[in-house]
Order: sequence, then C-alpha cells, then structure tokens
Amino acid sequence: MARRTGSVSGPTAAGTVVALILAALVAVLSRADWPVVFGAADWAVLRFTVWQATLSALFSVAFAVPVARALARRRFAGRGLLVTLLGAPFILPVIVAVLGLLAVFGRAGWVSQGLGWVDLPPLSIYGLTGVVMAHVFFNMPLATRLILQGWQTIPAEQFRLVGQLGLSPAVVFRTLEWPVLRQVVPGALALVFVICLTSFAVALTLGGGPRATTLELAIYQAFRFDFNLGRAAILSLVQLTVAGGAAVIALWILPPIVLQTGRDRPVQRWDARGLWPLDAMWIGLAAGFLLLPLGAVVVSGMIGLGQMPSSVWSSTWTSLWVATLSAGLLIALALPIAAWLAQARWGGAEALTLLGLAASPLMIGTGWFILIYPWAAPVRFALPVTALVNAMMALPFAVRILLPAMRQVFADYGRLSAGLGLHGLDLWRIVLLPRIRPQLGFAAGLGAALSVGDLGVVTLFADPEVATLPLQMYRLMGSYQTNAASGAALILLGLAFGMFWLCDAWGRRHVAG
Amino acid sequence: MKYLMTTAAVLCASAAWAETPVLKVYTYDSFVSDWGPGPAVEAAFEETCACDLQLIGAGDGAALLARIKLEGARSEADVVLGLDTNLTAAAKETGLFAPHSVAAEFTLPIEWSDDTFAPFDWGYFAFVHNADMDVPANFRDLADSDLKIAIQDPRSSTPGLGLLMWVKAAYGDDAPAMWSDLSDNVLTVTKGWSESYGLFLEGEADMVLSYTTSPAYHLIAEEDAGKAAAPFDEGHYMQVEVAGKLANSDQPELADSFMAFMVSDAFQSIIPTTNWMYPAVTPASGLPDGFETLITPAKALLLSPEDAAAARDGALAEWRDALAQ
Repeated sequence: MARRTGSVSGPTAAGTVVALILAALVAVLSRADWPVVFGAADWAVLRFTVWQATLSALFSVAFAVPVARALARRRFAGRGLLVTLLGAPFILPVIVAVLGLLAVFGRAGWVSQGLGWVDLPPLSIYGLTGVVMAHVFFNMPLATRLILQGWQTIPAEQFRLVGQLGLSPAVVFRTLEWPVLRQVVPGALALVFVICLTSFAVALTLGGGPRATTLELAIYQAFRFDFNLGRAAILSLVQLTVAGGAAVIALWILPPIVLQTGRDRPVQRWDARGLWPLDAMWIGLAAGFLLLPLGAVVVSGMIGLGQMPSSVWSSTWTSLWVATLSAGLLIALALPIAAWLAQARWGGAEALTLLGLAASPLMIGTGWFILIYPWAAPVRFALPVTALVNAMMALPFAVRILLPAMRQVFADYGRLSAGLGLHGLDLWRIVLLPRIRPQLGFAAGLGAALSVGDLGVVTLFADPEVATLPLQMYRLMGSYQTNAASGAALILLGLAFGMFWLCDAWGRRHVAG
Repeated sequence: MKYLMTTAAVLCASAAWAETPVLKVYTYDSFVSDWGPGPAVEAAFEETCACDLQLIGAGDGAALLARIKLEGARSEADVVLGLDTNLTAAAKETGLFAPHSVAAEFTLPIEWSDDTFAPFDWGYFAFVHNADMDVPANFRDLADSDLKIAIQDPRSSTPGLGLLMWVKAAYGDDAPAMWSDLSDNVLTVTKGWSESYGLFLEGEADMVLSYTTSPAYHLIAEEDAGKAAAPFDEGHYMQVEVAGKLANSDQPELADSFMAFMVSDAFQSIIPTTNWMYPAVTPASGLPDGFETLITPAKALLLSPEDAAAARDGALAEWRDALAQ
C-alpha cells in the first residue's frame, strides 16, 4: 500500500515550526534569572488581552458572515476587484492603518467634521472601542475571505436543486449554509482571536492608556526596559498557552467533516434573487468601512511621494525579495502540512500551526539571536530570519485557507488517484495543485503581503545598510519626516497589495476560466 | 559553487579592509536615518580617523541597552551612543562599559560629572502644540483644562519614561494625585514618540509630549512657525543623551578618539538641525538661526541616574494605577 501524501513531509514541516519556536524559548530561558513573579498587574494584563481578543474575534466574524454571504450569492461589476481589495487592510503596517482609521473616525477625522457641521460632538474611539474597531478593520476582511471560500465549497448542483424546489432562504440557510458555517466559523474565530491576542501597537495607540495593555507589551517591556529574560519567557509561554488553548477549543468544536461532491459548475443562486437590497447594504457597509481609511492612506501618501529619499527605493527592493522568499518558505511548509491534515481524521494538529502566530516575534527574534550569536554575526541572518519568521506567522492562515479545498480534493479524487497509482509528485502535479490553485494563490499572496508589512524581528537583527520598507518608514517618522513616511507607506501599500494581487489573480484565473 | 564564490568574495573583501580599522558604534535608529546626524557624522569622522566608522541602528535607547546586555562581553560594539540618564545606572551595572577620557566645557544647564558616560546632546521635554492656542502654564492647569494630550508609554519609550520622571521630580509624593487628575486629559498612550507625534500632526491631540526643540524643526526645515512648546512653571525635565565606550572594545584608542570627536565642533554643529536637540558643547558658530525662538525653561529638572533607577518601578506602578481607573 502506498504511503499517504504528506504523511512524512507534513509532520516534518509542522515539527520544524514547533522546534524553531521551542528552540527560541529554551534559548531565552537559558539566560533567565529566577525567580520570576507573575503579579496582580500581570493578571489584569492577561484578562484585558483575552477580553479584547474575544470581542475582536466575535465582531470580526459576526460582520464577516453576512458580507461573505452577500458576496457569495451576487455577481456584479467590480466584484473581483472588491474581493481583492478586501485583503488590503490585513497587510497594512499597524501604524499606517491606525492613522488611516483616525483620518476617517478620529477626533479630527471626516466623520467628526461632518458631525461638527450639525453641532454634534466629535467621535472618540480611544479605548476598548478603538482597539476592537481596529481589529475588526484588520481581520474582518480575512474572516470574510475564509468564510467566502467555505461557501464556495457548496456544489452548484445543490443551489440549482433548491432553486427548482423553490425553497425559502431560511430553509436554504438551514440545510445548505449552516453546515458550511459550522465548518469554517470556529477556525476563523480561532485565527482572529490569536492574531488579536498578540496585538501590541493597536492596543497601545488606540487603547487610550495602561488599561489597554496586552501581554505583548509586557513581553516588550521585559525584553527592552527590564532585560528580564525569565519574565519575557514566562509571558511568552502564557501567550502561547492561551492561544494554543483557544485553537484546541475551536478545533474541538468543529463538527465531523461531511464532504459533498459536485461537478465544479459555476454557482448560480436562484434562491436569493429577491434579497439583493440586503446584500447590497452589507457589501456597501463593508466597502465603506474598509476602503475609506485606505483612501485616506493613499491621499496622504500621494502628497509625500515627492519628498521621499532614495533609500526608500532600496528598501522597497529589500522588502520585495524578503517577501518573495517568505512566500516560498510559507508554501513549502503549508502544502505538506495541509495535505497531511486533509487526510487526518482529527484536525487537532492544525493547532500546532497557530503557535507560529502566537509566539511573540520579539521572543523568537531574541531566542535566535542568542542561538546564532556565539557562531556568527546575527546581522548576516537578518533577512533570512525575517523571511522565516514571517512565513511562520502566515502559516496558520495558509493552512486554514488550503485545508478545506485539499480535503475536498482528497474526497473527490483520492480513491481514483490511488486506483490509478498516482502518488508523490505526480499526484501533486496532476490532481492536487490544479484543484487548489485559487487557495494556493491566495495563501501565497497573503504570505508575501504580510511579510512586506511586518516590522517584527527586523529591528533586533537590523543591518545599517539594508532596511526593510517598514523599518525605513519608522526611521522617517522618527526623524520628523512625516510626509516622506506617508509616501513610504503608500509604496508599502502598493507593494504589499501588488504582490497579493499577482498571486491571488494567478490563482483565481483558473476559476473564472 | 555559489558558496565558494561568496566565501572567496568575503575573503578578498576582508583582506582589502585589513589595513583599515573598523569602529562599530551602536546607536538608535533615527540617528542613522538619512535625515538624522548619522551620514554627516560618519563622513566627518572618516575624514580624520583613517578608519571605517560603522553606525549600527539598534532600535531606540532602551533597545540599545538590551542589545548590549544580550551580546554581553563578546559584543563587537566599540561605542554605544544614545542612552539617556534614565538608563545609565542600569548600563553601568552591567560592568561592560569603561571610563571615558572626554574633557570638554559642556554647555548643559546642569553639572556633568559621570566618569563612564559623556553627553553628546540634550533637550527639555515639553508639550508641543499649535501656536494659535491658549496653553496651560503647568501640569495643574493642564489637568484642569479640557485639552487632550498624546503621551508615550514609559514601558516602551524613553520620552515616556522621561515624562514619568518629570512628574515625579516636580511633584514627588503628590505625583499619583497629579496623574489621576491628568487621566481625563490623556487622549492616548502610544508605543513610541513617532506614533504620538503623528497623532498630533493629524490633529487628533491638542498637545503632544515631545521636546522644546521640536518647533525648531518645523521652523527651520519646513519654514512653518505654527508650532510651539508650552513653558511649564514647575520646570522641565531634561533628557541628556550620552555615549560610552565598551570595556572589551578591540579598538580602544579609536573609540577614545571618536568620543573626543563627539564633543568637538565638527560633530556638535551637526546635532541641532539633524537630531533637533541642543549640542552638549555649543559650537563656536553658535546655534542655528531659529533656535533663539525656542522657549528657555526657568528651571531644569533631572534626577540623578541612581535616583532615576531607584524611582522607576514605584513611579511606573503609580502611573499605571492612576491611569487604569
């Protein structure tokens, strides 16, 4: 009997990720001073961290479900572009996105100015509201895409059938849509929860004060100001545990997988013809909420374009190749893991991939700095380490994106392929890759874009000669060059979005054709 | 093959550099940026030293110290430039720094007697605002007003820590009460200076924690006289930025000559319009035009490095408790 595809390489790839994180943690622990106190203030920080992440995950997914539903059953001009644009907030560097949000919803923002004309007080989004709002801005689009992909796994034949039977939307929801939602929503919730758990800059900038302190800030403080490595390691461990726990719960409540088979026909929704005003409202709401702040970033960036130093362009080049490397690494890790998990009865191992996201980049960076330092100058590894850490951060997204499609392919073609004796590379080339191409494009695009926007570990390994674009942008902001920084932010947005679009369009061309 | 070529290239390159000594200076990021003092400082020093000066950006002031602690005695750094007096006690405790040999007539508002660290620039913390605004005369007025301020987190930012020390130095045991009165004026607390200043420029905050010298940037570089710093009658806390030589430097003489160069006119005249701080030794040419428009605080506040280190944890807890209500 032939071995299952990915049965060796999958665990190997997942094991590599876990080993890279654990090695960093052990390295940090090896330099720690004991004992470490986890005091009352730390508990307050933990409570806030979990609370804001829970709210952010719930709101993001609750907003994403109707938007994904509307997008799934409507075809309109510009839909493809809108779906791609929905990926944009997720890949923006935090500070750029925050300034964009404030340009619209801030005290001096567009909405507040409008309120001022009718003698109403300005909006104040600082505090928990601001934190959750920014997290919804970042993560709702991602949740939408994940749920949308789930929706698209419902075979066209079934919608045709319910159309012929003239079933009401409520019945369609119960029989066709609800089972799919039960499959994708817990995973999306867990993913957004873990992203928000490690949030640091958003919570601080929009949180309004020390009430809004996340674990990640405590880790930052332990590393930077106190240089208390033991404390940093313990806090990192707490963060990993909470994230891991959330992932296990989310995956545990996933119902048993029942896949349905169709004939890959384009979906036509006979059942939802009368509901277009509702769908238009949700799509309009999402587009307004996401695109207005992006527009603000573009406008301020245009002004700054002329004032940028040439170093921005060399940074752009650096970021471009780090992102390409990172996307390559990501795919190399994600494909075997997804193939392995797709054939596993229990998807719990998916939780392992979330560790890459839940591990503090500062912890991984410091750990690997300690490991590399006795042997070589860490600066030389700055860009590869950055690419690797970025790939690990994007891994849970990639696996979540690939997994449903991969499962479907194995269900549809697994036996046939086995019967024909297809395995190894041939199976990948002939059966798997062509069928998961849209998901593969999306995952690679997301990985590349995330990497472009990430500041993460770069600062610790920073090389004076080669700065990535986000680092360059922060340097400009730190030197009063606000306009030039806005210009750099626009380049960053363009680069991230361009890479995302290229990969995503490559993947989706297949579906359209 | 590729590895062979890379190795060969590295070997050739190191052979060519063998005669030129390399001085590695760790500093903060904005120092090395195109707009910071870095490029001009590097050019000026390399003209005289027959060496290769490498300025290596390593985050902000606090990150610098963490980096040195991480690398320990094996660090390749010869000089660390950019710590402030809130960090020097912890830096000295590492035992990694050697006494300096810098002798200069410092033009600081305070007496300088540290034997390990030498200052290269300094400034006063202040709240910066748009010039067309009525401003409070002290923290009490500010707390009683409706003004919104953007400040930095003392747990992640050196100016944020400076503000903590400012309130502590001015109010002592009454600092917690002052913080709780100020809490409704705090619009938000950001990770670093850049984010706060960005919020202020976007019009989100009425005032931002920065330096008395910030308006000089807008005046000189942007020809915009629309920004000003508010003079507070309690006095203004100072930030003194210092450099120190590492005990394990493999270029001790070169490090000494860099430290001497640091307080010379060539270096000091670069500082005001690139780092937007006051030079530690006013150069013969004086301060650039525009600096005379800046406010001069009546009273300079500064805790000694030892007092600052001792006060930090308590002040942090007070700050957190007052603002968390």
